[in-house]
Amino acid sequence: MRRVFLRPTACAAFLAGLCAAPCGLQAQTEDGPAPLSISGNAALLWQSYSEDDRIGAVVPPSKTGLNAFGNVIATQGHFSAGVRFESYLGAVVGFPGRFRGTGIGYRFARWADPERGVDVTLGNFYEQFGSGILLRSYEERALGIDNAFDGIRLVLNPVPGVQLKALTGVQRLDFDGRLINGEGIVRALDGTVELNALRPAWDAAETRITLGASFVSRYQAATSIVKDTLVLAVPENVGAWSYRLDVQRGGITAGLEYATKINDPNADNGYLYRRGEALLANFGYTRRGLGVLVSAKTVDNMSFRSDRDLRLFDLPVNYIPAITKQHTYNLAATLYPYATVLFGESSASAEVFYQLPKGSRLGGPFGTKVTVNYAAANGLDTLNLTGVEGAVTGYERLSWGFGPEKYVRDLNVQLERRLSDRLRAKYTYFNLEFNTLATPVTTSFKGMVYADIHVVELQLATREDETLRMEVQQLSTAQDKGDWATVLAEYTWSPHLFLSVLDQYNYGNADPEARVHYLFGAVGYVDGPHRLSLGYGKRREGIFCIGGVCRAVPASNGFEVNFTTSF
Amino acid sequence: MMPALSFLRPAVAAAFLLLAVHGTAQKLPSVSLKDLDGKSVDTGKLAANGPVLVAFWATWCGPCKQELNAYHELYEKWQRETGIRIVAVSIDDTRSMRRVAPYVNSVMWDFQVLLDPNKDFARALQVNNVPHTFLIDKTGKIVWQHNNYAPGDEKEVRAQLRKLTGK
Repeated sequence: MRRVFLRPTACAAFLAGLCAAPCGLQAQTEDGPAPLSISGNAALLWQSYSEDDRIGAVVPPSKTGLNAFGNVIATQGHFSAGVRFESYLGAVVGFPGRFRGTGIGYRFARWADPERGVDVTLGNFYEQFGSGILLRSYEERALGIDNAFDGIRLVLNPVPGVQLKALTGVQRLDFDGRLINGEGIVRALDGTVELNALRPAWDAAETRITLGASFVSRYQAATSIVKDTLVLAVPENVGAWSYRLDVQRGGITAGLEYATKINDPNADNGYLYRRGEALLANFGYTRRGLGVLVSAKTVDNMSFRSDRDLRLFDLPVNYIPAITKQHTYNLAATLYPYATVLFGESSASAEVFYQLPKGSRLGGPFGTKVTVNYAAANGLDTLNLTGVEGAVTGYERLSWGFGPEKYVRDLNVQLERRLSDRLRAKYTYFNLEFNTLATPVTTSFKGMVYADIHVVELQLATREDETLRMEVQQLSTAQDKGDWATVLAEYTWSPHLFLSVLDQYNYGNADPEARVHYLFGAVGYVDGPHRLSLGYGKRREGIFCIGGVCRAVPASNGFEVNFTTSF
Repeated sequence: MMPALSFLRPAVAAAFLLLAVHGTAQKLPSVSLKDLDGKSVDTGKLAANGPVLVAFWATWCGPCKQELNAYHELYEKWQRETGIRIVAVSIDDTRSMRRVAPYVNSVMWDFQVLLDPNKDFARALQVNNVPHTFLIDKTGKIVWQHNNYAPGDEKEVRAQLRKLTGK
């Protein structure tokens, strides 16, 4: 098969072309051509693996894994171009194992003139329309997620306050010494109008209104499929559109977005022929010292990919974030993290941020920060259909509200307070109800997990520029793997050095053999934009999440080197 | 050809590119972001009124919030001493973007806060992870950066501010 993707030689030519470009492309300033500026970054993660039967540690045949990335972007006036080199010389355990080899995974050329309101990109680009419910391409490198477009994008600002975007492209699917794209073609349009920016008189208005609309279409060749006794044609062109409205007045914000998609039988929905719909609403109120946020979201059959037969992290066109707060404490973040059920869910959340004033009876001499957050998600409110209708369309949705099946409940409360000039303390309580049938984060238990988590974090300035930070976390549950405790100690010498030790202990596991200490130590050095860390120890099998997207990571045991830099 | 060798070619080309062209230090790239009032802001003009400290953060990033809360306590003093402005750029995506304004108000930051939900500005500035802080002079040139936060780092920031402004 002939490879039509950009080869390394072509990329070298591309860069060479860039060197030659300054003569013609850039804007001329009064002092002559605009200066050329080059920036870049690099990141490297190396791990070694050794056997550990007690935790089921994985040892790949290569014994070590290396992921490395390097970006170079050259900019001159309105013109910029860049490439990203990637290496998976034995992909690090937990990454998609099919990522192999070394080469160029991303390259683009762009001409952007903000004064004239024109911005054109050729090659790879990331993009998001509105909340991303219809279209979002992004990179979450730590998870191996990258659905960059490869094509062309045009962004126009014809008048202040109006932005139009048009794009077409295929999407990144894989890496095998080079970028490998999926076969589906995406074509998309988006328009945003900031009403207040249209007329100078409106700009001073206290109420600000922004309107937006998007249209996205995917083409992928298809043959017919058989359902029950019917032979059905599969739609090759699938269109989807959305409308959004944001209003702001003083400290009050409100937003509403509606999205829909024509029938798109796919692997996520069991090849059902039904329309997809989503409704997102949010309301916020904020003033100095107080913030309140309430949101509700119902998504029904809105999984949208540029290849209808793929699942999980492959070729998503849109992004449906989880309703729950993204937790950062180890036990709360990695054991039962919630991700949106793509088939459909109804959800709501509320959060209050409040600062108890300094010197008040409850606030203490330094004030106290209080955060209360609650999120709930259930299955959709549906009626299952039977017979041929059931086989083709599956169900009928009765309302936008909650169905009977509980997916998640997450209540968390955090108090943060400075106790003295040198000591700060945080206490966080979590109460979780988690349906592992809806979000399969564990293989050892199927059903509802009820868990309580307590976390105490203390930070003590031991000397000038030296700080000790401790976290003590405890999770208790009668389900799944039982109780856990985590202790973290971290010592920093500002601005360069840090040392940390983490121990996770599954002391409540019903199986005494599984009551393992997962001990991991790390030391790191930071100098400006350069950061190097070395670690050694056991990494627990678990779920690693960033921004509501999660990946299962197998257990491993060994050394780890992490390096990042930018210039 | 061996894959390893084919990789070398663009790498060598890039290295030559870097050596052959006397590129100037990186300048603030121009990306259109929204502030908390929903107004569009051109990042290329952030330093138009004097030097700025651009700090990338997220509501889910503990060290980032600690860093900006530390700056918050020192902000008045720093402004008086050096006239510096602080711009806090949140990389919260759609999941947590709506939490930015309530959080910022609850902790009473007086910084300009911008939203970069798809990391367009972060990518243009070669940010690998947060917190990552840049000091930009009035010509838009990056004069100092730091990719971490440990309590006490604000002393280094102040030293850099004073060095830049000569105060």
